[in-house]
Amino acid sequence: MTLDDLDGNDRRLLNRLQDGLPLVARPYAAVAEELGIAEGDLLYRLERLREGGVLSRFGPMYHAERLGGGLTLAALAVPEADFDRVTEVVNAFPEVAHNYRREHELNMWFVLATETPERIAETIAGIEAATGLPVYNMPKEEEFHVRLHLPV
Amino acid sequence: MNSATPFSPETSRPSRESEAHRRLRALLEQGLPLTPRPWQALAEQTGLCEQEVMASVRRWQAEGMIKRLGLVVRHRRLGLQANAMVVWDVPDDEVTPLGRRLARETAVTLCYRRPRRLPDWPYNLFCMIHGARRERVLLELAAIIERLDLAALEHRVLFSTHAYRQCGGRYVREGAA
Repeated sequence: MTLDDLDGNDRRLLNRLQDGLPLVARPYAAVAEELGIAEGDLLYRLERLREGGVLSRFGPMYHAERLGGGLTLAALAVPEADFDRVTEVVNAFPEVAHNYRREHELNMWFVLATETPERIAETIAGIEAATGLPVYNMPKEEEFHVRLHLPV
Repeated sequence: MNSATPFSPETSRPSRESEAHRRLRALLEQGLPLTPRPWQALAEQTGLCEQEVMASVRRWQAEGMIKRLGLVVRHRRLGLQANAMVVWDVPDDEVTPLGRRLARETAVTLCYRRPRRLPDWPYNLFCMIHGARRERVLLELAAIIERLDLAALEHRVLFSTHAYRQCGGRYVREGAA
């Protein structure tokens, strides 16, 4: 399923739900009414988007820090010849949630999610020891809230 | 259920309510049921009533444990392959107002202030722009720079070339296709 498979109502629905679902007994009916579609149609669309892999999660978005966990974005400058090995080493840490290769001298960017804030520093020390590379730790200091619009 | 060990709070039998709430949290982590009355469906699975389920979620939201009830879109699955992290070197006292203005741009999907790591990394404002193709993302960025009058700020665009994600000890490479 790609953007081309989504019709106007799918897109409106995705954009609307990124703002959150109202906490009422029939939340889907409430959103369906806002969008001018039937509740059954909305549920069918969500089911299809979920099966198509477009939605990775639908439901409560947890706040890792308030749950007592740690979260940060970190980067490494990995020598090109060593990239595959370092990728394996880094991804072997269960605290690594995502790992992206990016075009910059800092070419490996990953998110660490840990059960406690203290575990962040320990994990970073572990990654530095295992890779022999310094980790650039860049935890979020302030979040600016966006409305996630799908580009059309 | 295990029988209670009297002197250890760790293993003592939880009350019916806290056990039910724990179950509710575990169920919620799997996502909200796609049925007309999702809270009622969760109530039936936890032994709470619909009102109690909604009250718990309301409390968790008020406490900040749940940010919101919503969804996560997998941009790569939608063919939005070009995922650019745009980073800016902004004078410290201008970060907050600029972050707010960037977050209002429809092309911007995430926006955070993060610490500089001098001398290698002078950038303290990060935003993500997703798009079907790089050219499109770069056009969006050029339009933002023009609109918000940011030409004087140093910035870098870091496109991602691969996403590696961990998956039960195995690595799935996404978006390589």
